Amino acid sequence: MRTLSLKVNGDTVQAAAPSHWTLLEVLRYKLGLTGSKQGCDKGDCGACTVLVDGRPVLACLTLAGAVEEREVTTIEGLMPLHVKSGGDGPDPVQAAFDRCGALQCGFCQPGMMLSARALLNKNPCPTRAEIREALSGNLCRCTGYTQIFEAVELAVAESIGVAPAPRSWEAQRMDPSEAQAAAKRAAAHLAERRKQEGRE
Amino acid sequence: MQAHVGGRVERPEGRAKVTGKSVYIADLKVEGAWLGGTVRSDVARGTLRGFDFAPEFDRTRVVIVTPTDIPGENVQALIVDDQPILAAERIEHWGEPLLLVAAPDARTLEAALAAIRPRIDPLPPVLDMELSKHAQKQITIEKGDVDAAIRAAKKNGHIVLEGTYHTDSQEQLYIEPQGCVAFPPDKDGTIVVKGSLQCPHYVRKALVRCFGVTPGQARVVQMETGGGFGGKEEYPSVVACHAALLARAARRPVSMIYDRHEDLAVTPKRHPARVRHKTVVDKHGRLIAMDIDVLLDGGAYTTLSPVVLSRGCIHAAGPYRCENTRIRGRVVATNHVPYGAFRGFGAPQTCFAIERMMDRVARATGIHPFALRHKNMLRVGDSTATGQILKDSVGSAEVLAAVAEKTGIDKHGWCAPRDARAGKARGLGLSFFYHGAGFTGSGEEMLKGRVRIDVLADGRVEVLAGSTEIGQGTNALFLAITAESLGCETADVVVATPDTAHVPDSGPTVASRTCMVVGGCLTKACRELAARVGGDVKRPWRERAREFAQRGGDGQVTVQYSSPKDVVWDDDTYTGDAYPVFGWAADVAEIEVDLVTLEVEVKRFSTAVDVGKAIQPALVEGQIEGGSLQAVGWAHLEVVTTRAGKFEQDRLATCIIPTTLDAPKFDVMLVEIPYAHGPFGAKGVGELPMDGGAPAVVAAIEDAIGVHLTRVPATPERIMEALESASQARKQ
Ligand code: FES
Ligand code: FES
Repeated sequence: MRTLSLKVNGDTVQAAAPSHWTLLEVLRYKLGLTGSKQGCDKGDCGACTVLVDGRPVLACLTLAGAVEEREVTTIEGLMPLHVKSGGDGPDPVQAAFDRCGALQCGFCQPGMMLSARALLNKNPCPTRAEIREALSGNLCRCTGYTQIFEAVELAVAESIGVAPAPRSWEAQRMDPSEAQAAAKRAAAHLAERRKQEGRE
Repeated sequence: MQAHVGGRVERPEGRAKVTGKSVYIADLKVEGAWLGGTVRSDVARGTLRGFDFAPEFDRTRVVIVTPTDIPGENVQALIVDDQPILAAERIEHWGEPLLLVAAPDARTLEAALAAIRPRIDPLPPVLDMELSKHAQKQITIEKGDVDAAIRAAKKNGHIVLEGTYHTDSQEQLYIEPQGCVAFPPDKDGTIVVKGSLQCPHYVRKALVRCFGVTPGQARVVQMETGGGFGGKEEYPSVVACHAALLARAARRPVSMIYDRHEDLAVTPKRHPARVRHKTVVDKHGRLIAMDIDVLLDGGAYTTLSPVVLSRGCIHAAGPYRCENTRIRGRVVATNHVPYGAFRGFGAPQTCFAIERMMDRVARATGIHPFALRHKNMLRVGDSTATGQILKDSVGSAEVLAAVAEKTGIDKHGWCAPRDARAGKARGLGLSFFYHGAGFTGSGEEMLKGRVRIDVLADGRVEVLAGSTEIGQGTNALFLAITAESLGCETADVVVATPDTAHVPDSGPTVASRTCMVVGGCLTKACRELAARVGGDVKRPWRERAREFAQRGGDGQVTVQYSSPKDVVWDDDTYTGDAYPVFGWAADVAEIEVDLVTLEVEVKRFSTAVDVGKAIQPALVEGQIEGGSLQAVGWAHLEVVTTRAGKFEQDRLATCIIPTTLDAPKFDVMLVEIPYAHGPFGAKGVGELPMDGGAPAVVAAIEDAIGVHLTRVPATPERIMEALESASQARKQ
């Protein structure tokens, strides 16, 4: 047993846990944050994906002790963080997943949405190919993935203020000059958001 | 007012799901719960002689359950009572549960499971279904005179073709593993089980037999469920009985959540199949006779195999007209882990065979595969293999037309020999199929599924059904149907949690029946309620309903399903209306084969589906894309094999399913040919998309590189073998 000091969803929390415990175990069994799921016995499904300093990691493979002092974001923190940074309601990724039919059983979704959020943080206007690549570690058995891609594209479209195409919210259907302008707007939006979060 | 049916209603559980607040079974916090585990057989067949306990093992720290601790019958109640809850002596499959343990924490449980070793005298197992002598069920469907047609073939100048087709097993791979939490009997002897499950009333039935209690004393509550696809149809009853037995012995709640390894190793998967076809066609490609032999591996116990066989056989002749048809089916017992329900339920296996045979017929007759299917397809007025005359809602021509228009498959140069270009070869493949909605034969009549609606004091309407939301959208579907039927807003409707203490038995959430059957009952109930409440329909529903409740009006309506009068089925002869109606579909897969590695990439997948009416188009598309990807995965990626009766792919690292990178671009075309007895014209869609993907992909492989594969999954190894044997054959 040792007492860990973790920064989870903007709060500093203490948790006493055996030193071999993973971040997933501490989140689920000590902090009551059960939004992060366990879908496999280690490292194969992505359902446990959380963000550590904005980057996606598999919480089932990460020792809790290894992320002390680092910013951990779980699905529970996504909406509060968005609100804190001036947003209204859920993170655009969450809103888009809800709207697009991207969620069916929902079990893969927390991990999927955090992978998507990490992608958009780094690349505000990804192509379909980049989305596929970024989500390739998150298995979903329900959706066939299409509506998930569309959700990410809708989130992109909404956060950078362009109208999505009907049904298929395919961002790549945008005219290239419009896409570039949108990407610039998105980058600015993001920088603003980071500033508000005090990360830069 | 915006249309709910055909529009888009918000999923009521959506917000909780995207914010991580939904409670799945492993998220349920239960004070003082212990953890349960299972000691299993490590051989495929044998005789249990007893258990050895490691000397350091402290029995006082755990609770143990053996067959003698079962208060009721040691029977896993389903169709046939052949499966014990815990094997007492005879062991029939690897991983069979022998003894249960509960412990206060994971570490103690793990140590206990490691310290208990069963003593088993092994016996030689039967692992080849062709060698099994024990049939769990046999079926014969006969129409016309197949033998005479075959005998006369030569004289009539007909072509006779034979083929044998194999499909391997497949894992459902819901992302949330199986799990239940059971609470010890209260003072009235009532047991409560909560879990990840599709069919709460199935679980209740199993608990009733296991504990020897009344249905009222077994209460089953469905938690948010992380996918099922049939995998949570029958198996949750096993987990529930085990957890409940431990809870009773430990006198405290027991949580039994499988890890992925255990889930993959012991839960039922798709039945492996071998299907033989002997087909007679005339030179115009008209089907004259089909003699079909279906063999399924049922595994060690009967579970749902008879019903799987039945659906498989009824669909074996495909959506084609043929006056002489004979389908003989057998599902046999082996010492494999029992096989069970998986989306499609036997039909994907037989659909693969008939569609492969149709492609052979196309080659043999020189008729384009599209034209061949178009020529033989069933239309209104035609009769199926069971002699069912198709009356309405037959979308055969429409789905074929839609997929042809989208992909140009009808003009694609099929039989032309093609050079294998360097690098990659592209190909297109077609499949055409149908799937019966609802239970087979007299199933729905026997089931008598019920639905209830209730006006609450504030005027909202509660929908009470045993049907579960497992991701496919039951909740949103019920909201849409209710709001549309009553002329209210979806905010005026609540869907009750499936809890056997409160909801009526609507029948299981399987067989593409929730929308058509349960949704149909719901529509009727709403109509009745709307008539009772009355008032000026221009006024908001909630006001009128509140007044009605205040007046003391009876706002509770229960509707029980009854089949349309003209649906007649004879279970003895296997003739008549096998299903009230069918969903129809045609798929075109566009693939690329890497000529060096022989890996297949499915680039694009077009599917036209006649669903009667899409109550929620976005959900229907989600079902079609998700089901199609499962079919595509089965076609070329998802390998499930056994060795000595044990699944070889018992970790997610080896049990592969498609990732985002394996998913093709989908073109989904919804065709709506309304079904008169379905709610707003709707029929089933859940299973249909699973049927056609495998034959379409394999046909596309044939188109690309010219090998006629007869087995799925079509892995690179198998493609290589087929190429080699084809080149051998050419040399000879
Ligand atoms: S739980 Fe599956 S990758 Fe972490
Ligand atoms: S929504 Fe069910 S696994 Fe993705």
